[in-house]
Amino acid sequence: MAAKEFDIPELPTYIEIPELNPGVMEGEGPFKSVAEFQNPLGFPGEKIENWKEVAIEKMGELKSKYRSVQVFLDSCVKCGACTDKCHYFLGSSDPKNMPVARQDLFRSVYRRHFTFAGKYFPKLVGAKELDDDMLDDWYNYFHQCSQCRRCSVFCPYGIDTAEISMAAREVLDAVGVGQKYCNQILGKALTVGNNLGLPEPALRDTLLDLEEEVEEDFGAPVKYPLDQKGAEILLITPSADFFAEPHIDGLIGYGKVFYQDGVSWTMSSYASEGANFGMFIGSYDIMRKAALRIRKAALDLEVSRVMVGECGHAWRVAYSFWNTLSGVGAGAQSSDEYASKLQNQLDHRYPQPQHIIEYTHDLIQRGKLNFDKSENDDRTVTFHDSCNVARATNMGGIQGGQFILPRDVIKAVCNNYVDMERSTIKESTFCCGGGGGLLTDDLMEIRVKGAMPRMQALKQVEKNEGVNTLAAICAICKSQFSKVLPKFDFDPYMIVSVHQLVSAAIILDKPQTEADDAEIAEEAETE
Amino acid sequence: MSTISIIFTALFYISLFIFIVGMGKKIYQFWITPAPLKIPTAPTQLTQTGVVFRMIREVTLFESLFKSNKWIWLFGFLFHFGLLLVLVRHLRYFIPGDLPEIFLLIQPFKYAAFAMVIGLVGLLVRRIFVERIRYISAPSDYLMLLMLIVIGVSGAIMTFTDNHTDVMAVKAFASGLVIFDWANLPTEIHFLVHLFLVFVLLAIFPISKLLHVPGVFFSPTRNQVDDARKKRHISPWALKQEQDHAVKLEQTIGKDD
Repeated sequence: MAAKEFDIPELPTYIEIPELNPGVMEGEGPFKSVAEFQNPLGFPGEKIENWKEVAIEKMGELKSKYRSVQVFLDSCVKCGACTDKCHYFLGSSDPKNMPVARQDLFRSVYRRHFTFAGKYFPKLVGAKELDDDMLDDWYNYFHQCSQCRRCSVFCPYGIDTAEISMAAREVLDAVGVGQKYCNQILGKALTVGNNLGLPEPALRDTLLDLEEEVEEDFGAPVKYPLDQKGAEILLITPSADFFAEPHIDGLIGYGKVFYQDGVSWTMSSYASEGANFGMFIGSYDIMRKAALRIRKAALDLEVSRVMVGECGHAWRVAYSFWNTLSGVGAGAQSSDEYASKLQNQLDHRYPQPQHIIEYTHDLIQRGKLNFDKSENDDRTVTFHDSCNVARATNMGGIQGGQFILPRDVIKAVCNNYVDMERSTIKESTFCCGGGGGLLTDDLMEIRVKGAMPRMQALKQVEKNEGVNTLAAICAICKSQFSKVLPKFDFDPYMIVSVHQLVSAAIILDKPQTEADDAEIAEEAETE
Repeated sequence: MSTISIIFTALFYISLFIFIVGMGKKIYQFWITPAPLKIPTAPTQLTQTGVVFRMIREVTLFESLFKSNKWIWLFGFLFHFGLLLVLVRHLRYFIPGDLPEIFLLIQPFKYAAFAMVIGLVGLLVRRIFVERIRYISAPSDYLMLLMLIVIGVSGAIMTFTDNHTDVMAVKAFASGLVIFDWANLPTEIHFLVHLFLVFVLLAIFPISKLLHVPGVFFSPTRNQVDDARKKRHISPWALKQEQDHAVKLEQTIGKDD
């Protein structure tokens, strides 16, 4: 299928609320999943015969299982506060990309089937039937939501479109209308252990090559261990870190920091993936299955710490959900056998799980790392707060730590740092445009249009402050920016991992080999 | 008692009954629906006290709305704050006998009616003239605002024009409803309209978007403490699922070669 032609939005000096262009992003949505990917996840292979009844029944189940869904469906007053907050609306001008209108695709059906007013006065309250057109709209527009939660920050009731988008996708999957990108990836993650489907031998080779490369480049025997039983730290990172640019430079950075600290660490071939796509499709059970692999790896490898690499969705699931899903965390009651088993093994002097930024930040604070900041002097850096880190998680146990720690780390390794405009960063950050299961070529149009507000803010600091480097701590952000930066006339290589900056500036100790040790011992004896 | 008084007395109890039962059911539903995952939105609060203060700021100052849109905030705030003061002032009608002295202080609150109506008109004008808000509006969204405007204006007419109604009679009627000592009510048309629409409002509360009033307190993105790493948060259905499937899951996710 040839890619659809579309206009790249121009970057304005100020973001203006666009005039409505109804239907401009109407379409078939992303590639549909097929039985091969649907069935292993427990979903029908194609749209089922009695899809309507099943969909309504599923909606009923979800609203009784999730307080968020129930409360959010009932509470919206259509005040309009969220209407200009979605990057996809700002970039595309399609009114169904306004958060409230997107939710209403789901809410109008809820009204029709589950509320008094909607049953008896549907026209009055905007209740609608779930028909083929509506289902198509669901499939199309709920795959134009990156579940970034920017709208929820501004809603007076905290209504979170991500929760509705997840519910809608769960219903779609239940009737056999799944999205290929997410479901194919989930299949790999649940069988092979990572989203890319890298089996253990390929992973081992990649890491060995990396070790050689790093030793050649930096003259230190930095290790990238796999499946090392008894290591202190288990690192869970997005699989993009193993081979994609610029992600791998971040992985190199983590290794150097671990090396410098002298801590023992490992990755797991069984659970080599951080990003949990179960969240994107809204399925608690599938998200749990993916998280259970990490639990099993932690138990099998007998690690005392679990750490997460630079990945936004991984960190949200890890920070907010792992304790719930699989017991990686603290505070389980002793009667809670399931969670206690793992929590007894973990070292609670450290937060569990911990983010690699928290770890590096802590080492910097304790003066354990030395940097030559001038190595990054050719860069003027700005930081892109990835939405799932910024709006859903914390770091360092201080309020807003997820905004402070990454900036502290960057400033410790770079001399030139500036922030983008305040209303586009931190909890108000604009999404890269590729999150939530949208990072697929068949959705390139919405990805580019949705990136517009972020690109606009970046253009301003490029023009005014000479910014030439965009640092991020999310694999999806990095991949998305690599693709969309050139569309807006930026250098595609300006996107870097924060640990790539750390890697460039870190001063590694002289390698301590056995020969060195012998020499030192000899010298000591002769003296 | 006149027929009209009997009808309105009955309407009061019917609408109050619908309101109490309906809201009770809805609040119960919100209450028992589990929140299986921790989903607070930044700026998150790390302690329960922090959450309480966050909620207080949300419901008294409309903090998030203020960050979002100053016009909606201004009109929304004028309306809600005006309504609150007006409601406090209306208590005098429902208290039988002499009023406690504190009610003398409430007299200036009558001007809050203007704030209320100005806020409502502002919201209605936005809804009609701002394209994107018009796009998301259903007929009920306009009707709700119109109804509140008519309630506010009919009340203001009684207070600020020569069309006063017999407040002593209103008091006898309203306090009579509370102590089941029923009395006739004044029959000026604007008073009857005012009262009737208030009853309608009470009755549709549990089936309309007015559910945002209890809803805001149950919103997990706002009312959860951000302590996911420190405490294990698990819902009853997830716990049951875990207990039922724990062993089986460990087997089924074994290494695939």
